[in-house]
Amino acid sequence: MTLLHVEKVSKHFGGICANEDISFDMDAGQIVGLIGPNGAGKTTMFNCIAGYSRPTSGKISLNGIEVSGLRPDQCARVGIGRTFQVARTFHSMSAMENVMVGAVLGSRNVSAAREFGWQLLELVSLAKFADKPAASMTISEQRRLAVARSLAIKPRLLLMDEVMAGLNPSEVKEMVDTVKKIRNQGISCLIVEHVLEGIMPIADKIVVLDYGKKIAEGPPHIISNDPVVISAYLGDE
Amino acid sequence: MTSEIIIQTLASGLLIGLIYALIAIGLTLIFGVMDIVNFSHGEFLMLGMYSSFWLYAIYHLDPLYTLPLTAVLLFGVGAVVYRVVIKKVIDAPMLAQIFATFGLMILFRGLAQFLWKPDFRTVGNSVVSGSVSLSGIQIGLPQLTAGVGAILVTLGIYLFLTKTRTGAALEATAADKEAARLMGIDSQRMFTLAWGVGAACAGVAGGLLSTFFPIFPEIGANFILTAFVVVNLGGFGSVIGALLAGILVGVIEVMGGFFFGPQYKMGIVLCLFLAVLMFRPQGLMGKA
Amino acid sequence: MNQLKEIQAVSAAYGYTGYKWSTRLALILLLGVVIFFPFFEKSPSHQNFIILVLMAAQLGVAWNIIGGYAGQISLGQVAFYGLGAYTSTLLFTKFGVNPWLAILIGGLLAACISLAIGWSCFRLKGHYFAMATIAVAEIIQIVFTNWEFAGAAVGLNLPMEGGWKFLIFTEKEPYYYLALGLLLLTLAVNYLIEKSYLGFYFRAIKDEPDAAQSLGVNLRLYKQIAFAISSFFTALGGSLYAHKELYIDPSSVLHTGLSIKMALVSILGGVGTLSGPVIGAAVLTLIEESTRMLFGGSGKGTDLIIYAALIVAIAVYYPSGVVGWVRSYLSRRTAMRQMRLEGRGA
Repeated sequence: MTLLHVEKVSKHFGGICANEDISFDMDAGQIVGLIGPNGAGKTTMFNCIAGYSRPTSGKISLNGIEVSGLRPDQCARVGIGRTFQVARTFHSMSAMENVMVGAVLGSRNVSAAREFGWQLLELVSLAKFADKPAASMTISEQRRLAVARSLAIKPRLLLMDEVMAGLNPSEVKEMVDTVKKIRNQGISCLIVEHVLEGIMPIADKIVVLDYGKKIAEGPPHIISNDPVVISAYLGDE
Repeated sequence: MTSEIIIQTLASGLLIGLIYALIAIGLTLIFGVMDIVNFSHGEFLMLGMYSSFWLYAIYHLDPLYTLPLTAVLLFGVGAVVYRVVIKKVIDAPMLAQIFATFGLMILFRGLAQFLWKPDFRTVGNSVVSGSVSLSGIQIGLPQLTAGVGAILVTLGIYLFLTKTRTGAALEATAADKEAARLMGIDSQRMFTLAWGVGAACAGVAGGLLSTFFPIFPEIGANFILTAFVVVNLGGFGSVIGALLAGILVGVIEVMGGFFFGPQYKMGIVLCLFLAVLMFRPQGLMGKA
Repeated sequence: MNQLKEIQAVSAAYGYTGYKWSTRLALILLLGVVIFFPFFEKSPSHQNFIILVLMAAQLGVAWNIIGGYAGQISLGQVAFYGLGAYTSTLLFTKFGVNPWLAILIGGLLAACISLAIGWSCFRLKGHYFAMATIAVAEIIQIVFTNWEFAGAAVGLNLPMEGGWKFLIFTEKEPYYYLALGLLLLTLAVNYLIEKSYLGFYFRAIKDEPDAAQSLGVNLRLYKQIAFAISSFFTALGGSLYAHKELYIDPSSVLHTGLSIKMALVSILGGVGTLSGPVIGAAVLTLIEESTRMLFGGSGKGTDLIIYAALIVAIAVYYPSGVVGWVRSYLSRRTAMRQMRLEGRGA
């Protein structure tokens, strides 16, 4: 069953073409990596899927329902969650309160949201930070908090924007385990990553962008040997 | 309602508009360089007026000739205000910034009231007193000089920004503070410069106004809202925009007052403000 | 699993939010003092002072809902204050509507106007929104200054007496209880909001609007809710002023300086907190009245200078206000206590 259907999506900003005619699909329960050199248009694609940008042309649908052109909060309610490159945790709140903002989407009852919040914090191993101010946590902890927060809205599809950037190898492994736990709960993950050693081992499929266009799509082992992909990365070094 | 009256009204709108433009240029410069809205900008105008007044009252120097002195004085005030107060709220939340400049506004008004009493002052006899007749229209000489002075100063600022190295550095800091810093441009110096020049613009506008406007501690209040409207209409950060918008606002204000009554002048300007905010928030020339 | 239970227990006892039993006791005592205050203090000018504090606090709490919690800096709230005052006064004096009803209508009208303002202005960010609110309030002041039916610049008078039916009294005590009641009502609403999902949404909108959207928060809708609630209570405050002073005109109920004061009271005490505006109102009114007694009235502007210096000092050095300062002190103490607890728990 196709979960996410991206069809010929283009996005222009004034004279710049950030995404050009991009199409790909995702099935439920998949982990898909979206990779490519800097400036390839990955975050733009995320913004289009999550409602922060309206595609200039093309269509995006989730489970058959068209979502392109919806507001970000509407996309969230339909089942698309996302994290940001900068964690953007709510700095005036504790970790638990951060997660509860997401949790009250499903049930306006605050104590039920708190219960759910404990489960999510446990999942990302942040339970002991529950009442600490989010602003006092390290970057990698804040990233995990942002993931827990997004999970609180019970998404079907979670977009993760460079969650592994700047992490040390053991933190990368922790994040990889978290992503697998998420997928095992039935949530599909579309992940933008530069840290290839994190995403390649767990992805079911990789989509590669370069200069706004899709240049390759396929299983990780094929992609990593694809000459077009390799030259795209090397050409930028 | 003859065409003569219409042209007369247009002319006075144009001239006052040029003054608005000059005030707004200072405001837009500060905002363009550091994203801070200076609510105390009207007080720089007020201080410029008092500077002209006291030099006239004590030393009998004509406001027209003391304009450069007023400019330098207000440059100093602006620079000091930046160093002592604004520098500390540059990275603070917007609420703190708004209240810092708001507090300064009240502070300057209170100081003026304390030092110079709330009485209205005027510069009685200036070199530019009287009026001239230009092809049938009566124009006050002070107003005409003010308008011309405003154009000259605006031109000067524009040339400074586009033709000098320091001006280019200022623009660079406005465009991207970090990148400018990496190229060796000291942000702190640029910010101080922006405040100094911005205050000087308002101060010179005050000096030009002093020949035909009453001078009192709250005079800034009359101009600050209009200055905001001009800056917004012209586009935050654009000097040319401020010039065009200033003229436009001046004309609309005077014409509106003529057709609807002087008590509605401010209301018309404010409605224009809201319309711009809603339909073209980046103004005529601004970056969005 | 055991560790999780332990963490949860610690969290409940030293919660980041929520009030400990000792705080609740102190609040009940304070409430008792406040309710019985007029029985101990009979001097009208002292009573008036406290009434001013209560009214300023109520306006600050109302502002806080939109400005402190939801983070939308409105510097034009005086528009609703004036609208409330004028609506209830006009309905009462010109149409004979019962004041209790008229005041309620004033509040609802203000909430409706806030919908119009919000619809057009919420897309504006930060400074632009603040300036738009100033512009709207100034326009409303110009309208009322030129509107003959509403008394124009001359203003409107209210009858001198009427008792509880008309909410007009000759003594100060009833006004004290009215002001106190309104403040407690506004605080109660604020408290309920803070504890509910609305509170979470408002604070999220203030901190990170984009992230809030990604969690399903409709920014426009919730900003509007905050604005409507805030405007409603601000309008009620305006009506209270009208019934207390028995005279209103554009310069007393539509003056932009009042908007600033409503925001300042919250900032001084602590934005986004329940007690902030109350503390801020007490401090600010104290400063205002004492500078006026010591320096003011001679037109020297000294009271303005002190007032202004205070504003600048708060903005620069204590943007989180009194409450923020107290909290950071207390949280350091709590952190040390928790370290000792964790050390023992092993």
